[in-house]
Amino acid sequence: MSLQFNKEQMTEFNRLVAHYPEGKQKSALLPVLHLAQDSFGGWLPTEAMDYVASLLSIEPIEVYEVATFYSMYHLKPMGKFIFEVCQTGPCMISGSENIIAYIQRQLGIQPGETTKDGLFSLKLVECLGACGYAPMMQVGKIYKEHLTKDKVDAIIAEYRLQAKA
Amino acid sequence: MGVKLLLEKASVPGIRSYDVYRREGGYAAVEKALKEMSIEAIVEEVKKSGLRGRGGAGFPAGMKWSFIAKPEGVPRHLVCNADESEPGTFKDRYLMEFLPHLLIEGLIISSFALGSNDTYIYIRGEYAWVATILEEAILEATKNGWLGKNILGTGFDCMIHVHRGAGAYICGEETALIESLEGKRGNPRIKPPFPAIQGLWMRPTVVNNVETLAAIVPIIKMGGEEYAKIGVGRSTGTKLISACGNINKPGVYEIDMTISVEDFIYSDEYCGGIANGKKLKACIPGGSSVPILPANLLLKTAKGETRYMNYESLSDGGFATGSMMGSGGFIVLDEDQCIVKNTLTLARFYRHESCGQCSPCREGTGWMEKILQKIESGKGEMSDIDLLWDIQIKIEGNTICPLGDAAAWPVAAAIRHFRDEFEWHINHKELAQTSNFGLQHYADPIHVPA
Ligand SMILES: Cc1cc2nc3c(=O)[nH]c(=O)nc-3n(C[C@H](O)[C@H](O)[C@H](O)COP(=O)(O)O)c2cc1C
Ligand code: SF4
Ligand code: FES
Repeated sequence: MSLQFNKEQMTEFNRLVAHYPEGKQKSALLPVLHLAQDSFGGWLPTEAMDYVASLLSIEPIEVYEVATFYSMYHLKPMGKFIFEVCQTGPCMISGSENIIAYIQRQLGIQPGETTKDGLFSLKLVECLGACGYAPMMQVGKIYKEHLTKDKVDAIIAEYRLQAKA
Repeated sequence: MGVKLLLEKASVPGIRSYDVYRREGGYAAVEKALKEMSIEAIVEEVKKSGLRGRGGAGFPAGMKWSFIAKPEGVPRHLVCNADESEPGTFKDRYLMEFLPHLLIEGLIISSFALGSNDTYIYIRGEYAWVATILEEAILEATKNGWLGKNILGTGFDCMIHVHRGAGAYICGEETALIESLEGKRGNPRIKPPFPAIQGLWMRPTVVNNVETLAAIVPIIKMGGEEYAKIGVGRSTGTKLISACGNINKPGVYEIDMTISVEDFIYSDEYCGGIANGKKLKACIPGGSSVPILPANLLLKTAKGETRYMNYESLSDGGFATGSMMGSGGFIVLDEDQCIVKNTLTLARFYRHESCGQCSPCREGTGWMEKILQKIESGKGEMSDIDLLWDIQIKIEGNTICPLGDAAAWPVAAAIRHFRDEFEWHINHKELAQTSNFGLQHYADPIHVPA
């Protein structure tokens, strides 16, 4: 098996599993899948899921059924930066549609697509609990709130720069 | 200025850190509860306080606590519901982000009262940085002896664990949350057995909302009776409201529940009025699941009485002319907003979030979205409105968990109060395709059903 946690990731794995009683290690599945996704290039190939199953001593199917249920797990390769823009009611009435259209234009992609250079993916998501700071999107672990066209431009530039570094 | 019990210290610089929180009187409630009070006395104070669950259903917290089974030799668990995914709701995030130690303090007392040695915070996966804040705060509390073994020499051991979800609204429902915490899909369980008897790992479990558990701190400090004096009727204490939409000052506000809806929207202390000088059209006062109300029924009940921001007043008139306090997600729509479109985004949300276990919810939410899409895009027929009405009736009450109802109610209320807007989309197909429906099309007095 080529996919494996390195030493540091293994320490984190052990920390996550230690939160649950003996024999209830399956409870760590969601946190461990986050760790796997972060560790293995931002998505969960079957190999990664099988690896997690073996680490937690559960059947691979128990991992697949969970990975396909939750929206934060990606089952195919994604861009380096994923723009997850909220499209639910409160954001919609605060102007998210214009922002979504603007991002589409600036990146030249439709929702669900990734830019040719592999840098950006665009995904439309449901309420992220930031309705008072709308319109908003999540990029990785960060919330970008009160979006305007200027702010979108600045954010794209910021990540382009980050990719070069 | 209203009474502040939860957010009183929110603006103290550095309050997120243990040292500042402690200097400001933090953890005094834990000392009082663990050293001076018996478990029964704590539960009694919570009962007296009249505190109702802040997660949406409003179930009395003290009563829930007294239901927990105590079989010999079986561990019990407290689980803090920080899944916060109901559109319009972002109050728990605020509390955890700015006052993590307040929640931890509430969790220690509640864990002590329930006999939970391992307490879990189930936080929605997207709040990754909030999870980090909580973990840091837990570490600080542990270092200072508030968590761990033999807390304050009482013999009580307690650890708090942060568990990140991974993007699923349904995991806010308590039995789905428990399934998810066990490492499974978030499929709600059939009740009974209730979590208080068989919850996490089939052990007795209490699931409470973040705000409910934070409110335990002022209740212990001031006593249940004093707490109950704040507010009105069965709406005791203070409530966090997350206000959003077309208002001047979106944000999280702590209110005592005697304030009128009108004051809440228009006073500078709270929402600061409708943004851009527009008029108020409608409001969803308690998170996306509760019925939308047109302006007139929002500010006054059908009997013409002032409507207040509390459980009883917001639900005055039932679903015919009232709504619900719900989770406190207060969504304001101005005159330019289209009710059909807003309802469509909510229907899409519920279709996306249905776990798919029961056919009325799985199929019904999809149909509702499709029909709303058809009407909104100017391709609807009059019969579609009746069909929509029919589908929502068939979902409500016919599902395993309340997500089905939560999906049905917004559609029902939109048709009930804004039927003319649906009809406009059907009668003006071309306009509906090119423009948005605003107040200018909405001259008729708002219809109040008998
Ligand atoms: C679909 C659905 C989603 C829910 N989401 C949440 C949530 O995000 N947070 C929450 O505290 N309660 C949520 N609830 C309510 C919980 O099931 C439960 O009643 C609550 O956590 C109990 O805590 P409380 O008594 O302190 O309010 C949800 C319920 C349903 C049916
Ligand atoms: S009502 Fe919907 S979300 Fe709830 S159990 Fe049934 S299918 Fe799942
Ligand atoms: S609706 Fe967009 S964050 Fe809540």
